[in-house]
Amino acid sequence: MPISETCLNIDGARAAQSLQEALTALDTAGGEMVLDFSSVRRVDAGALRAMEKLAAAAGDKAVKVGLRGVNIDVYKALKLIKLASRFSFPA
Amino acid sequence: MTDYAASLGEDRIAYLEGLVDQARTAAAVFTQYTQEDVDRIVKPMVLAGMEQARHLATLAFEETKLGVLEDKAMKNMVATEFVYNYVKDKRTVGVMREFPERGLVEMAEPIGVIFSVTPITNPTATVLFKCIMAIKTRNAVIFGPHPLAWRCCFEAVRIMYEAAVKHGAPEGVFTCLESPTVPDNQYLMRHKDVRLVDATGGRGAVKAAYGSGKPALGVGPGNTPVYLEKTADLDMAVVDTITSKTFDNGTICASEQTVVIDDEVYDRVLEKFSALGAHICSAKETALLGRVLVDPETGMARPMAIGQKAIDIARAAGLAVKPDTKLLIAPIQGVGREHPLSVEKLFPVLAVYRAKSVDEALKVCVDVNRFGGLGHTAVVFSRNDEVIRKFGEVIDAGRVIVNSPGSIGALGGVYNDMVPTFSFGCGTGGGNSTTDNVNVYHYLNIKRVARRTQMPMWFRIPNQIYFNRNAVENLRQFPSRSTLIVTNPVLEQFGHVEVVRRNLPPQTVVHVLAIPEAEPEIGIVMLGLEALAANKADQIVALGGGSVIDAAKIMKLKYQSPQADLEELGAPFLDIRKRVAEYPTEKTNQLRLIAIPTTSGTGSEVTPFAVLFDKQRGRKVTLTDYSLSPDVAIVDPQFVMSMPKALTADTGIDCLVHALEAAVSVYGSPYTESHAMQAIRLAFRYLPIAYENPRDEEARSMMHNAACIAALAFSNASVGVNHALAHAFGARFGVAHGRANALMLPHVIAYNAAVPTKFMPSPHVRGYTAHKKYAQIADLLGLGGHTVAEKVDRLIAATEQLLDRLAVPRSIALLGIAEEDFARAVPELAQIAFDDPSWRTNPRMPLLNELADLFWSAYRGRGLAKAAGPSEQPTAAEGLVYANK
Ligand SMILES: NC(=O)c1ccc[n+]([C@@H]2O[C@H](COP(=O)([O-])OP(=O)(O)OC[C@H]3O[C@@H](n4cnc5c(N)ncnc54)[C@H](O)[C@@H]3O)[C@@H](O)[C@H]2O)c1
Ligand SMILES: [Fe+2]
Repeated sequence: MPISETCLNIDGARAAQSLQEALTALDTAGGEMVLDFSSVRRVDAGALRAMEKLAAAAGDKAVKVGLRGVNIDVYKALKLIKLASRFSFPA
Repeated sequence: MTDYAASLGEDRIAYLEGLVDQARTAAAVFTQYTQEDVDRIVKPMVLAGMEQARHLATLAFEETKLGVLEDKAMKNMVATEFVYNYVKDKRTVGVMREFPERGLVEMAEPIGVIFSVTPITNPTATVLFKCIMAIKTRNAVIFGPHPLAWRCCFEAVRIMYEAAVKHGAPEGVFTCLESPTVPDNQYLMRHKDVRLVDATGGRGAVKAAYGSGKPALGVGPGNTPVYLEKTADLDMAVVDTITSKTFDNGTICASEQTVVIDDEVYDRVLEKFSALGAHICSAKETALLGRVLVDPETGMARPMAIGQKAIDIARAAGLAVKPDTKLLIAPIQGVGREHPLSVEKLFPVLAVYRAKSVDEALKVCVDVNRFGGLGHTAVVFSRNDEVIRKFGEVIDAGRVIVNSPGSIGALGGVYNDMVPTFSFGCGTGGGNSTTDNVNVYHYLNIKRVARRTQMPMWFRIPNQIYFNRNAVENLRQFPSRSTLIVTNPVLEQFGHVEVVRRNLPPQTVVHVLAIPEAEPEIGIVMLGLEALAANKADQIVALGGGSVIDAAKIMKLKYQSPQADLEELGAPFLDIRKRVAEYPTEKTNQLRLIAIPTTSGTGSEVTPFAVLFDKQRGRKVTLTDYSLSPDVAIVDPQFVMSMPKALTADTGIDCLVHALEAAVSVYGSPYTESHAMQAIRLAFRYLPIAYENPRDEEARSMMHNAACIAALAFSNASVGVNHALAHAFGARFGVAHGRANALMLPHVIAYNAAVPTKFMPSPHVRGYTAHKKYAQIADLLGLGGHTVAEKVDRLIAATEQLLDRLAVPRSIALLGIAEEDFARAVPELAQIAFDDPSWRTNPRMPLLNELADLFWSAYRGRGLAKAAGPSEQPTAAEGLVYANK
């Protein structure tokens, strides 16, 4: 079965909102969704909450979510609240 | 489910989980902040705290009904302004401190979620203080205030939180329990996402913190003794004590509890206390206070008295005191349960004790400190530095406050330069992990990034070396009244001693000590000492091989410093700069040592080594120190012309092994390498000629130089495993040093050239280079070969050929040592070789079984050795690889 891939850009200036939109897009996504974090310098509590929700919803819908271009500081924050293991980090 | 969790109920657990969740998210977000980010947040928080200092003090006073409102306001200001002043320029994010000269960088890592318990006595000040620390260090805090002080704390947290978030702090960074309970605390202290428990409070809270199984900062109770010594400024001492003890009605745990006063000034001190508003209790009143204020069951002060005014306490106890009484002073006769007022009293009641001597005073202070206040705080008033020092020495307190108030003094930053805090570490005495005044550094994981440093190296050699034929003439330039020539009988027979005698200055009285032709042992050294003393010698000329020169070195050491303990000086060490043994620097007698070698091998004429044979244990002990190096070396080939062939071979091989080992030593440097390479070249070229044609002056002279040049290298780079093996084997089977070395040599080259089982930790060398260095030696000798492995093979082959030409037996077996005898000896030989310091600079770290294998390889014989090293070609750039390149 071919896997369709949805790509979305996460806007660094409004990451939480952008992630909320990604959550909606999950419905139409195929087996995989890639979120481009290249412009995200930092995540705040709102963004982390949105990612938590996204991870849960993706789990329910069997969609694999990959985060591309995540910088090391953001990656470490995800790691600290144990969110990193729920996403993949394609190169 | 645990008991405490069961008692919480689902709703409460959900509430607590919510707090942790917020804090966890905040802590994760916080990790992305920079130093500038946090500093931008801290300042407005401090301003908000200052602005609300009185408001929060009022709330605290109204809620807790203890202490003094004005003092609480002051504490809130100290907790903000003073703490800010301390932390504002501190780096707490990323790089904290750099020590470029040590190659060290300290970096900060936040802790994450901290659960912080705060006390009833300093509720809001403690919250303000901890909020500032937390933001400065990028941590999130859940506050668990005292149940009777939670509202004021909640408000303090709110004020801090709003100021912080307004300036960019992460949402949820501070939360505070509402209506906190003990089970709440237990739940949070054990929560998996809480990384540190920081408990400032009573015994129960601190104990629970440490019992939580989490890293904890728990600060314990105090019982501050004060020694008021007779030389003190009494007016200052009395005012400071009243100021401190009445501050917030005595609620600060560092405040004074018992003042021990020297007999000579006791009455005057009490008068001064009295004049400034203290009531001095009679014996009856003291007993009454003790009964009312201290619970006889627990032996502790009753909580209802904490932070109350002196007059209220007096009234409650039924004491008639003046209405303006600030402080109740209760004379006590001892310390312990039977003297109730010797306990910690967080209210304005102060015990006093009259001491007849300094000794008694110190003992009573120690007793008070150990009666519930171990590790906390102590105070001394004195102008006598010796008393202050002694007090500091005997009192087990994290803070010893000198000539200033205990409570405000301990807070730091006001009366002294201690770190400002509201959390006093009490060390292990108080069941704490630190004696520090807790501050930002305790809220961080401090990481040390340690760069590889370039260790200072050296190249030390005697400053006078004379060489070539008739170099002996230089003896004339060294004035001496009495010279002892140490030599061997055979060298006298050859006429060498006579040559030396002729070349000494005419006025010198000369004595000759001919020692047996064997490796030196302590008996020989004693003979030398007797001869030196009997002749009042000011110079030794050591004329002989390594044995004679080594004996002379030890004679000189013992003659100059009779206290030198050879056993200790010969003790094993790992790094000469760090070794335990200290060579004597004090000299009773002055003595010059001139070494004239008569063999071309040991190079002892320039080395800092002396080998002593320990007859009793049947092993060699190597003494190493640059003070052993002879003052002058005379390398005159006329003295080696008489060497028989076998001696030429053995000593020549010793020279070659010195150079080869120095060349691959982990202490090698460009300085030693140049000498090692030159010596190798000379030895390969001239040793066979000198051996085959003993009268060839050029070959003799070149080999004599080669031995000295090799020694210049190994004096600084040291040797390696070849020498460790040879020392052990030679001593056990009575085989000459050079021959023993020769038997091991090809096997050691193969061993070092192979990939090590264990690498030697060697900060001076980059990567493993032994095989490449052997390949360079092969190139230097023009042996050909393409790969490193080929070159190493050729070097081994060339070495074997050289040994064959010198008629060195091909194996230990050929020496006539039976296999069973050897097999019995090998385990112990391996151990002795392992204990030998020679290999500490070997490139490959030898294992015991490898040493045994090497012995067996040497037993079975050469021709079997094969290098199994990496086969890459050394590039020109790699060349000689040093850490300091
Ligand atoms: N101090 C150091 O740096 C150092 C280094 C390597 C070895 N050593 C030690 O040196 C000792 C070995 O010294 P060595 O190899 O010079 O041998 P050696 O001093 O023991 O001399 C061997 C024998 O040769 C004789 N001899 C010496 N010179 C002679 C000459 N010119 N003509 C005829 N006979 C002569 C000696 O009298 C002696 O009998 C060992 O104890 C060894 O452990 C010391
Ligand atoms: Fe040697």
